[in-house]
Amino acid sequence: MKRIIVCLKQAVDVSQLKVDPATRRVITASAPEKISDFDKNALEEAVRIREKIGEVEVYTLTVGHKDAKAVLLEALAIGADKAYFVSDPSFQDVDTSGTAYVLAEAIKKIGEFDLVLCGEASLDSFSGLVGPRLAELLNLPLIASVRRLTVEGNTVVAERTLEDAHETVKANMPTLITVTREINQPRIPAIMMIMKASKKEIVTWTATDLNIEQKKIDAKIEVIDVLAPKTERKKIMITGENSVEVAERLAKALIQEGIIGR
Amino acid sequence: MSKHKGVWIFSEKYDLTLEMLGKGREIADRLQTKLTVIIAGYKKEEKARELIKYGVDKVYLIDDPALKRFQSEAYLSVLHNLAADYKPEILLIGSTKNGKLIAGRLATRLQTGCVPDCTGLSIDKEGRLIGERITYGGKAVAKVTFRSTPQIATIQARAFEKLQPEDREGEVIELDVKMEESKTEVLETKPLETVSLNIEEADIIISCGRGLEKKEDKALLEELAKILDGQVGNSRPLAEDRKWFTEWVGLSGRKVKPKLYIACGISGVIQHVAGIRDSKIIVAINNDPEAPIFEVADYGVVGDLYEILPALAGALRKQLQ
Repeated sequence: MKRIIVCLKQAVDVSQLKVDPATRRVITASAPEKISDFDKNALEEAVRIREKIGEVEVYTLTVGHKDAKAVLLEALAIGADKAYFVSDPSFQDVDTSGTAYVLAEAIKKIGEFDLVLCGEASLDSFSGLVGPRLAELLNLPLIASVRRLTVEGNTVVAERTLEDAHETVKANMPTLITVTREINQPRIPAIMMIMKASKKEIVTWTATDLNIEQKKIDAKIEVIDVLAPKTERKKIMITGENSVEVAERLAKALIQEGIIGR
Repeated sequence: MSKHKGVWIFSEKYDLTLEMLGKGREIADRLQTKLTVIIAGYKKEEKARELIKYGVDKVYLIDDPALKRFQSEAYLSVLHNLAADYKPEILLIGSTKNGKLIAGRLATRLQTGCVPDCTGLSIDKEGRLIGERITYGGKAVAKVTFRSTPQIATIQARAFEKLQPEDREGEVIELDVKMEESKTEVLETKPLETVSLNIEEADIIISCGRGLEKKEDKALLEELAKILDGQVGNSRPLAEDRKWFTEWVGLSGRKVKPKLYIACGISGVIQHVAGIRDSKIIVAINNDPEAPIFEVADYGVVGDLYEILPALAGALRKQLQ
C-alpha cells in the first residue's frame, strides 16, 4: 500500500475579490474561500494515481486558523480517503516559513508516506515557496512545476515545465512534487461521492497536538500593505463607420503615442 | 541585523543577473555596503570579469565541471555555505522556476524569510528591504518587508534595467565550495520550440485569445507583427485547453512589459491582465463590448478581429510609409 499526502490550501477566491475604490484596499475579510486551484490539481493527480495502480491511500492536509469544513468535504468528495486539518488561532499570521513547518510536523505525525503532492503556488498569494520549504524540512527530493507524472514501482518520473524547456526528472520515493495546472483537469465530484464524503474521517489537530514551537511560526516577513494598483489606462474607445475607418483611427493614435514607426 | 553585511545577487541566467545588478548597485550604495555576485558554473571566469563593468564590487566565482548544467542541490549548497560563512544582509535571486526553488530552500536552511517575484525594491528608514509583488491574481500589489536576515527576495525578469557598462574597479575571487549531490536525476531536457521564447524582451506584442477560431489564423497577427517588428503571443486557453501552443502570456506564464500590447479576442481574465499590467500602451480588440479587457486598455475597439486586424495592417502600412 502506497500513501500520498496532498497539501491543500484554503485560499481566497481571487475572482470574487472586491477592491474598495476609495482606499484601493483589497477586501479579503468577506471574500469566499476555496481549495487553491493548483492544489486541486495535485489532489486530482493523487486520485488518478490510485485509479491507475490501486493500493494507494490519499490523505489531504490543510493548515488554517478558521473553519475549513467545506474545503475538506470537497477534497473527500473528489476522492481523498482521509482529511487532516491542523487549526489553531496562533496560525493567523503564519507566512510560508511557518506554514511549511506546521505541514512538516503534521506529516511526521501522520508517519509513513511515499509521495507528498502540492500545488506549484497558491491561487491567492502565488508565492510558490511552501513546496520547496517543505521538501527542505522533510529532507526529501523535490521535483517542482510538474506537468506530467508517472509512478513506477518505487520511483517517480516527472516532466517539469521550465521557462525555456521541458525537463524529465526521476527520483526515488519518498519525494515531494509540486504540480502545475497543465497536469490534469480536476473532476467535479458526483452526488454519490459528495454523500460518501460526509462519512469519511476528518482528523483535526491543534498546535499543541503537534508540539508546535511558537518561535518557529513567528512570521519572518511582514506585509506592509496590499493595494490595488492605480489604473491609469486611457480607456479610449475607437469607433467609426466601418473597420477600415476604425483601423485608420487606431493606427493614427498609436503613431501619435510615439511607440511605433520611426 | 547588524552582523549581516552586503548585498548579494545570484541567478543561473546571465541577463537576469545583469538586470538585478542595476537595482542591487542602488541598494548597496544606499546601505553603504558592497555588492557581490555569486557565479557558479563551468568556464565562467570571463563572464565574471565582465560583471564588474555592470556595477559589481566583488564576484565569488565557483568554477567546476560539475556545474556545467544546472543542478538545484549543487547551487543551493554553494549559496548556503557562502551565506552561512559571509552573512549577507540581502540576497537577490533571479525569479526563474529553478531560482525560486533555490530561494525557498535556502531561506528554510537559513531560517529566514523570502519575498518571491518582486517587481520593485526599496529600503526603508531602518534599512530594511521592502519588496513589491503582485498578488491576489493581479488585483493588488503587496509591499512586504522582513523580520529576519538575510533578507531573501526573488526578482522578476525585466523588473529592472541593466546599467550601461563602464570602467570600474572590482575583484573576482575564486572559491572552492563543498557541493551536495543531487537527489534527483535529469533524464531529458527538451527545449521548447516556440517563437515567443524571448517574448519578455519584445517591445511590441500582438496576442490572441479564444476569439481566434483556428490555429492557422495566427497568421493575421503575424502579418501585423511583421509590420510593427513585434512578436506574437497568446493567452492561456489557447495553450492549455486547445493545445495549440506550449506557452502563454499571463501571471502563470510569461509576464511581459512591452511598449505596445495588442490583445485580440482576449477577454481579459485577471491572470492574463496581471501578466501584461506593466505594458506601456494596451490595445484591446474584442467583439464583446462587456469584455473586462476594455477596463485595462488604453485603446479599445469593439469588433471582429478577422476584420479589424487586416484593416489595421493596411492602415499601418499606409501611415508608416
